[in-house]
Amino acid sequence: MALKDYPTEEYILQGSAACPGCPATIGLRIALKALGKNTIMVIPACCTSVIESLYPHTSFDIPVMNIAFEAAAAGASGVEAALRRQGKEDINVVAWAGDGGTYDIGIQALSGAFERQTNFIYICYNNQIYSNTGIQRSGATPYSAWTTTTVGGKTEFRKEMGDIIRAHHPPYAAQTCISYPDDLYNKIKKAKNIKGPKYIEILAPCPPGWRFDMNKTIEMGRLAVETGAWALYECENDKMTFNGKSKLILEKKIDRKPIEEWIKWQGRFKHLFKPKKDVDKINAIEKHIDKMWERYRACYK
Amino acid sequence: MTIMIDTGNYIAAKAAVMAKPDVVAAYPITPQTTLVEGIANYQESGEFKGEYICVESEHSVMSACIGASATGVRTFTGTSSHGLLLMHEMLHWAALARLPIVMCNINRVIGPGWNIWADENDSISQRDTGWIQFYCSSNQEIFDTIIQSFKLAENKKILLPVMINYNAFILSHTSMPVEIPTQQEVDNFLPKRKPHWELDIDNPITFGNIIGPTHYEKVRRAMQDAHECAKELIPKIAKEWKERFGRYHGDLIESYRCNDAEYIVLAMGAIGAESKVAIDELREENINVGLARIRTFRPFPKEEIIKLGKQADLIVIDRNISAGSGGVLFNEVKSSLYNEMDTDTKVSGFIAGLGGKDVTYKDIELMCQKVIEGKAKTHEWYGFNREEV
Repeated sequence: MALKDYPTEEYILQGSAACPGCPATIGLRIALKALGKNTIMVIPACCTSVIESLYPHTSFDIPVMNIAFEAAAAGASGVEAALRRQGKEDINVVAWAGDGGTYDIGIQALSGAFERQTNFIYICYNNQIYSNTGIQRSGATPYSAWTTTTVGGKTEFRKEMGDIIRAHHPPYAAQTCISYPDDLYNKIKKAKNIKGPKYIEILAPCPPGWRFDMNKTIEMGRLAVETGAWALYECENDKMTFNGKSKLILEKKIDRKPIEEWIKWQGRFKHLFKPKKDVDKINAIEKHIDKMWERYRACYK
Repeated sequence: MTIMIDTGNYIAAKAAVMAKPDVVAAYPITPQTTLVEGIANYQESGEFKGEYICVESEHSVMSACIGASATGVRTFTGTSSHGLLLMHEMLHWAALARLPIVMCNINRVIGPGWNIWADENDSISQRDTGWIQFYCSSNQEIFDTIIQSFKLAENKKILLPVMINYNAFILSHTSMPVEIPTQQEVDNFLPKRKPHWELDIDNPITFGNIIGPTHYEKVRRAMQDAHECAKELIPKIAKEWKERFGRYHGDLIESYRCNDAEYIVLAMGAIGAESKVAIDELREENINVGLARIRTFRPFPKEEIIKLGKQADLIVIDRNISAGSGGVLFNEVKSSLYNEMDTDTKVSGFIAGLGGKDVTYKDIELMCQKVIEGKAKTHEWYGFNREEV
């Protein structure tokens, strides 16, 4: 579907308190167009708590319940149970959380809600850091990235949240990216019509967090996919399919771009290039990505 | 009306189900388990028709209750000890969000070391969360207080969560006969919840976003005002209950033989019940002693305590300790009296029953006698022996 054919309704209103170039706001705008009016969103502590803007104002035109950092999936379970009890099962219950609230502090509640087959969509917008608190490392931060708590670059690779979610065997799990609005829109549309726990993770390149210019948000997402650092896929009842360029990479119809093409634009990786190029670390990242794709290929078969 | 002979937890389950909650979220912890098992049994039999979410932790219990209550439905849960402590963040959240969740807490020791017996440190350490706190002294009071608490919590002048506390095993696992009203009688007393606000797709509002100091101060002030309103509403609800069902457990406090008392014992929960026997025994010896059993620790019955302080010397028994300070009830009683007294009322405090140590009516008599004979320190640990192995 072409962008011009999306619903004209806007559920993210003008005057949000997001940073310029914010990927979360782009994701929210498209996600809410796909979800529509019949949606209740549960939001834990994350950048979106700020994007909502200051009481008594709001930038949301759907009902929103804010909840504590680790509590999004459990709070959504309560909303979902109450709606079911009232016979309002046509309302989409959506938890919208950052990577800190998903990979780290919120993983227990998330796992519990998926095990209980809670009928909701859990959306993680992943900017690979605790950005709302000022760019600290999270379980989603990639290897070697600078953050305010990994000053010399992160020494560990990121957690594979997708693997963890798929180990719950939900009816639907997907990865997408704000740079591919159609992919994002269609995945949310699809999730909306499936009963049970749905997981969608949106890669959200963060200009202040990743240290790139605010006019490059979309480009940073595209390069993440083209270099294979991020994959667009969906997994329906354990069957994996890959989408867009990720499908071509998976099927080896195109080569993924060298990782340098993505990281060279980001100040968080600048120590890999200056004062001199750290070939070992760059190779380690490449190797890690290759291994990830080998795992994907094994799943795909 | 029928008589049901059962343990505090099964009676609580019966009361909760008769209050017709739409959502119950729970996680098991000793000694609360038979309460949530009771509700599961009622679900299986069809008597409980709501949604039952067995979540993966107490933090998620309270988060799910918050989600459900914010969606406009009646919500119930139960916990104990470490479970209550794990909820702590969400207890604040529920109260600040002004959600009328009703929860039983079975007062149990906090570890280490592991110990499952009665001790009130778990709920006392939640006193500043904004929850209304009741302490029960019989299974009948547990039943009656649960039904009454929904009415209190859901009143538009209150809109606060309510915690109903009762002692581990002494009540939770002890059978007593309890009068159970008919479902119709309960329904007449407690109509369906009418939320003043809910998550509603036709009236989309953002709840709980960033708030500046001016508005935040108003939120806190409104909570304090609601607690003040609760001081008026709790006696009204107790009166209505008495008129409908003929039972009365007291208002914010339960006074027992206080009229001509020169000494008044202040205690909560099971020690409060045990104190009645001690009072009767001492009265046999012509000692003018009475009991003021604290039913609500929050809101704190300050006005009632000032009245008692003008009449008699006070003997406070705490089954809790705020290390570095002392018995919490003792300190709150004293602070209520400060600047309010024109007499030389003495307040004596005892720490007793920690870790589930038995506190019998004989022990309570000994505490009273020690105070009356002028041998008690202002604040002491009853029966504590440093050398005991």
